Amino acid sequence: MGNSFFERKYVILGIFITIAIVIVARLFYLQIIDDSYLLSANNNVVRKIAVYPARGIILDRNGKILVQNEPVYDILVTPREVKDLDTALLCQLLDMDRNDFQERMDKARAHSPYRSSPFEKMVSTETYARFQEHQYKFKGFYVQNRTVRSYPDSLAAHFLGYIQEVNDRDIERSNGFYRPGDYIGASGVERSYEELLRGHRGVKNLMVDALNRPKGVFMDGKYDTLAVSGEGLVSSLDKDLQLLAERLMKNKMGSVVAIEPSTGEILTFVSSPAYDPNLMVGKERGNNYMELLHDPTKPLFIRPIQASYPPGSVFKVVSALIAQQAGVITPHTIFNCPGGYRYGGGRAIMRCTHVDGPTDLVKSIQRSCNTYYGHVYAKMIDSRGMSGPKAYDLWREGLTKFGLGAPLGIDLPGEKGGFLPSASYHTKNYGNEKWGSSFTISLSIGQGQLGITPLQMANLMAIVANRGFYYRPHLIKGIGEKQIVKEEFTEKIWAGVDEKHYEPVIEGMSRAVSSGTAAGSKIKDIEMCGKTGTVQNPHGENHAVFFAFAPRVNPKIAIAVFVENAGYGGVWAAPIASMLVEKYINDTISLPKYIQDRIYNADLLPKTLSKPPSQETKVSTTASTRSDHKHTLSPDHTPNLLVHHSQIRRQYD
Amino acid sequence: MTRMRHSNFLGNLDWMTVCLWFILCVIGWFNIRAAVYDPAHPGLFSLETNYGKQSLYIFTAIIIGFAILIIDQRFFISTTPFFYILVILLLVAVLVIGRNVGGNQAWIPLGSFRLQPSEFGKLATCLLLAYYLNTQTNKTPNLNTLMVGCCIILLPVFLVMLQPDTGSALAFFSLIFVFYREGYVSNSVLIFIALAILLFVLALLIPNQWLLVAGITLLCAAAAYFMRRKRKYILRIIFLYLASAVYILCVDFAYENILQPHQRNRIDIILGKMDDPRGQGYNLNQSKIAIGSGKLFGKGYLQGTQTKYNFVPEQSTDFIFCTIGEEWGFMGSVVLILLYLVLLMRIVHIAERQRTVFARIYAYGVASILFFHFFINIGMTIGIVPVIGIPLPFISYGGSSLWSFTILLFLLLRFDSARKGLSN
Repeated sequence: MGNSFFERKYVILGIFITIAIVIVARLFYLQIIDDSYLLSANNNVVRKIAVYPARGIILDRNGKILVQNEPVYDILVTPREVKDLDTALLCQLLDMDRNDFQERMDKARAHSPYRSSPFEKMVSTETYARFQEHQYKFKGFYVQNRTVRSYPDSLAAHFLGYIQEVNDRDIERSNGFYRPGDYIGASGVERSYEELLRGHRGVKNLMVDALNRPKGVFMDGKYDTLAVSGEGLVSSLDKDLQLLAERLMKNKMGSVVAIEPSTGEILTFVSSPAYDPNLMVGKERGNNYMELLHDPTKPLFIRPIQASYPPGSVFKVVSALIAQQAGVITPHTIFNCPGGYRYGGGRAIMRCTHVDGPTDLVKSIQRSCNTYYGHVYAKMIDSRGMSGPKAYDLWREGLTKFGLGAPLGIDLPGEKGGFLPSASYHTKNYGNEKWGSSFTISLSIGQGQLGITPLQMANLMAIVANRGFYYRPHLIKGIGEKQIVKEEFTEKIWAGVDEKHYEPVIEGMSRAVSSGTAAGSKIKDIEMCGKTGTVQNPHGENHAVFFAFAPRVNPKIAIAVFVENAGYGGVWAAPIASMLVEKYINDTISLPKYIQDRIYNADLLPKTLSKPPSQETKVSTTASTRSDHKHTLSPDHTPNLLVHHSQIRRQYD
Repeated sequence: MTRMRHSNFLGNLDWMTVCLWFILCVIGWFNIRAAVYDPAHPGLFSLETNYGKQSLYIFTAIIIGFAILIIDQRFFISTTPFFYILVILLLVAVLVIGRNVGGNQAWIPLGSFRLQPSEFGKLATCLLLAYYLNTQTNKTPNLNTLMVGCCIILLPVFLVMLQPDTGSALAFFSLIFVFYREGYVSNSVLIFIALAILLFVLALLIPNQWLLVAGITLLCAAAAYFMRRKRKYILRIIFLYLASAVYILCVDFAYENILQPHQRNRIDIILGKMDDPRGQGYNLNQSKIAIGSGKLFGKGYLQGTQTKYNFVPEQSTDFIFCTIGEEWGFMGSVVLILLYLVLLMRIVHIAERQRTVFARIYAYGVASILFFHFFINIGMTIGIVPVIGIPLPFISYGGSSLWSFTILLFLLLRFDSARKGLSN
């Protein structure tokens, strides 16, 4: 019997058992200890498909639509499924040539033969309709609809802003909220309310097989989430008023800002030249954007909050208020106007347009008397028992309470604060502290080293209309269904001047409209109080400014109109304001037709800018603009005087 | 006497093995169904599907098994040489008329089914080896017998290698256990083989072979030092040292020049020398993902996503264990491994109770072949042995493999049930 090796059975069994244990141990590691395989398995099989929420729509204050969503169609292709394609017909329907077609197909194939990839993005409804008729002939082609922004009246581009595809930085900053291909608000309300408008993306967990073919819903949709639409916004804008304002500002450079004084809600927000917001949507967006970017009139520049100008004579209103509060003048203070204000020991003169003799506060506003405010400023700075710089800072502090020198905090991105230098800035310029009113006398009439945004101007008017306070100007008056107003916009901000000091100023403004500098723009049945300004512009025609509020009692609207390079404020800015105020309050315009037509038809765009930008315009940004400007009224001998026009002017001088 | 054996052959049948066999077949069927499951076509027995066909194969296997059990065992013993010759002829034929599937010329088309002669090669070899060694029982184990036995194995190996089907060819070598059990191979040879495998792995893992040789030198020197009093051991150590040094230097050469590139890649991936989850390592990576994602209790029957959606290739045949690992988890996998282990131990138990050397040797042959398939198949899906395409006995989809394993096992059961009437 050859059974002498019986005990070797145990060795063999031992080997069997050892191997079984090795396998179990390995399985224990793979299945119990190492978690990475489960993760890989899910990555293998689960495709997270984003479900895009509808972006919130934006209404005007009366519930009219400013921005809505419009369906567009993306045509997708799954290369593997394309069979017997009538290429010629497809090309014809989608308006592309054969090479283009081949390029797109190659790109799709490179992406994945089994997965669908975009073939043509954002096809219009008409093209889609034509395509759909023949779609049965195009195997492997699918249509996916989504929405894009649409602006029914092509209105308020600067206010609404636009959305664009996220870039890498957006994605990084959002902590993974955005993914490539997502859209994000890039300017205007779209940007400042991005978090509310965008809504919440939903996720659909689809299962795919090894070839990426969809195989149904993962875990019966247990981990799917619904898309939550973005919040709707109600803006403070009055669509009709905005429409009128944009028409009036056509072919002009400048801004119109109108505020409801009792709330701080912005009724009109015009930056001119404007552009059609629909240009920022759709297939041609990229080209349109570049064109706008390189347009010499800078349509993308948001003038009401980004341009700062010396306000000119309208500044006298603030001067008068602060001087009263400081006790420097009373309504009865009288200065003699011999046609100009002599200063610097009588060697220099700041001229008036008139010779009025004894002038009181009301008259000084009505007639816009430079002399009066020369005296007021001199008293503010020189006669307060303190050094010039100290008095200046005190004066400046009064201005900041009116919202000048710093951004007001409007709910738009990119707001600038204007330019209101402190005493130390001047001290540095003059080399010592021994400077007084005569050094900066042009400030008294709102010229010189002073920059105010049109929004700040309008807000200034709202303060006067309210007799002493304002609400932070804002564009969105209600968020979502509950119409929530942001807390910061309900806070009443005191401007630092007692109510009683406003009356004489308002009286002066009222007279300015009824029989003063803006007499041509008075409105029947409405007592409008306003102040014109004509800002000296060393580079060309003066800037026309007018700001006003109306009616005098229970004001409903405060408005600032700034037209660059137009000439006199009373001639250009006041009629625009007048029409808008009347339109808003009475819904009519009673200004003579010829005045209206004159405004509508005026082309005040600088002629030099009508040409497309040439090489030199790109280069001449700084050097030429820093040149000395001889200012007849200003003794400021500052070599690097900061230019007080919109930045656009600087670039094209 | 014949009548008595006939009347109660079912009583002598090892029902435990039959049960294990049947359970494994059923597990196989369910998992083949899971591997190709398509909710759109949930039909159970459609012959369009793999699991539909597999039910047919299982049914046929039961008939085959029953047929084997009622046929006199002496018929099988006496026809063994002819059967072996037939299979060898088939293996030659397949090289000529065979159909090439996946790079291997391993299939003979028979109507709508295909026959894989190499699966029956193992059976025939096992039988002939038992037949031959049985004739040599009166002598003490000697080298001549071993050489003849090796030739019996190497002939089909050679033919299978020509297909080329390395995996199936390697399975024949598992019959080394038979030689070991019968005393043709000593313990030291077994250790030697284990050592050779270890050195092979080390030689490939350690990029500088001289470093390995240096290490071996140190080790042997230390061993020699401790054994310095025993001359016999010293000589062995020196022999072992020289052998391993030469071996190590040969491994690299063999690896670079004898192995096919894809075989080299598979080994590199197992050893972690190569990371290519999308290319060469795709199968293994996906297989590990499927099994690893099963966690403790698995995803549930028909809930496995990796296998169902074709991430794992060959999932109903060679990679069927992925489905089990994914859907039944660690618990299910361990149960399956225990089933196999119990089956193997049972076969060894059966082997040792045989009265004939033929039956015992055959039983060990069956155990060896099943063990090899079990270890290599599961081992490759979990990444402890290189990917070698051989089926998991009774579970993998395929008629040839199921039938040949069933015949293999039921022949053993037949010999076992008749053991009381037999003696040498």
